[in-house]
Amino acid sequence: MTFSEKFHQNFIQDGRWTYLTDGLKSTIIITIFAVILGTLIGMLVAIVCSTYAKNGKLKVLNYICQIYLTVFRGTPVMVQLLIMFYVIMASSTNKLFVAILTFGINSGAYVAEIMRSGIMSIDNGQFEAGRSLGFNYVQTMRFIIIPQAFKNVLPALMNEFITLLKETSVCGYIGLMDLTKGGDIIRSRTYEAFLPLMAVAIIYLIMVCGLSAVAKMVERRLRIGEN
Amino acid sequence: MPILEVKNISKQFDNTPVLKDISFTMEKGTVLSIIGSSGGGKTTLLRCLNFLEIPDKGKIIVNGEELFDGEKNKTFTDNDFRLRRLHFGLVFQSFNLFPQYTALENVALAGKLLAKERPDFKTNKDAIYAEIDESARELLTTMGLKERMNHYPHQLSGGQQQRVAIARALALKPDILCFDEPTSALDPELTGEVLKVIKELANNKYTMIIVTHEMSFAKEVSDQVIFMDQGIIAECGTPEDVFDNPKNERTKKFFTNY
Repeated sequence: MTFSEKFHQNFIQDGRWTYLTDGLKSTIIITIFAVILGTLIGMLVAIVCSTYAKNGKLKVLNYICQIYLTVFRGTPVMVQLLIMFYVIMASSTNKLFVAILTFGINSGAYVAEIMRSGIMSIDNGQFEAGRSLGFNYVQTMRFIIIPQAFKNVLPALMNEFITLLKETSVCGYIGLMDLTKGGDIIRSRTYEAFLPLMAVAIIYLIMVCGLSAVAKMVERRLRIGEN
Repeated sequence: MPILEVKNISKQFDNTPVLKDISFTMEKGTVLSIIGSSGGGKTTLLRCLNFLEIPDKGKIIVNGEELFDGEKNKTFTDNDFRLRRLHFGLVFQSFNLFPQYTALENVALAGKLLAKERPDFKTNKDAIYAEIDESARELLTTMGLKERMNHYPHQLSGGQQQRVAIARALALKPDILCFDEPTSALDPELTGEVLKVIKELANNKYTMIIVTHEMSFAKEVSDQVIFMDQGIIAECGTPEDVFDNPKNERTKKFFTNY
């Protein structure tokens, strides 16, 4: 069989390319919502942990957060996904939702560590300047510390999101058709591994390169107007 | 009535006493300089006045109002300290401007956040904000920064940054403005421009406490000088008394070495 015949068989015949586009759609949806969820969770956990580290408050919340961080960074995301699907959310039939929840909570643990290091890296003088001007703790965080911390950790955060995008490729294990699973279905139909898997890899690569380019651009813009 | 009375303030860090029974008073419209060698407790005293450190013992009384009493006020919340802090403005050695805001925003931000607590905030928001911005512009103009208002801190020289920081502290109209070695991070030329601004404030009868190593400046601008050594006030008096006729051995030694 020639290359063009193989190409036709793997992607054109029976509209097989839709496995890739449908899968890609799921991958993108999961990634976007998991990033949003992960950022929200991570930000909150980071604030709790750094508040405890700085002035010993929120002890109970900090304890809960430490358990969360230990568990979700200490177990493979694939195991978390399986547990979420087969145990915790066993009654749910919405696989997309289960995947978003799992990857969001998982990513939140990593985002929390990144944000925490960002907050701790801000000079104590900034906190004190805020306090001496009558800011309360929340205002100091919201207007002074978080914006600076966020800028400092942006490269690390983008890295985390790129990792998250690639990690969603284990979604096939709960029978959710993401990009990887889509390519794999084509492979099982045509008994041809090279072309569909290469196509999958190239699509991931393009997305990651795109994200990296966006990250660089955002970073450059944030550098303007700052030291 | 003195504007500030400090009575028997003590502070320890990990069983190391840093302030031992500090007491002094100052009158409205006067300038108090605190001098002495490093580690003497000058900065800690200033930070205690601003409640960035909480004294272990003693009283702080401003305008006759007891702000702090180490015996009674163990139960103060963050918010209690926050409101008390507003009697004092603080200018830091390292400026501590907010890098993500312009000079004008740095000066106006605290006022805008405090305005949210005003009862008429919701109905008058635009007018209140406009007023705060206007007075921030005026303050920066008096600091000689009219042309620099919309610059970010990193676009300003150290002296300009410190003048923005002074304007920022003044914006909340504190009773007493405190300076923590305001020129220690500046070269001699920039030091001059900051000291000039502080002198103008003194001429305008602002009440100020200045921790400084600029001896000639302290002598010129102060009404009262405190020499601190190892956590106590070793000598206190008019600049003439302290600089020209020191009585304490430690003070004499300090000036001969200086």
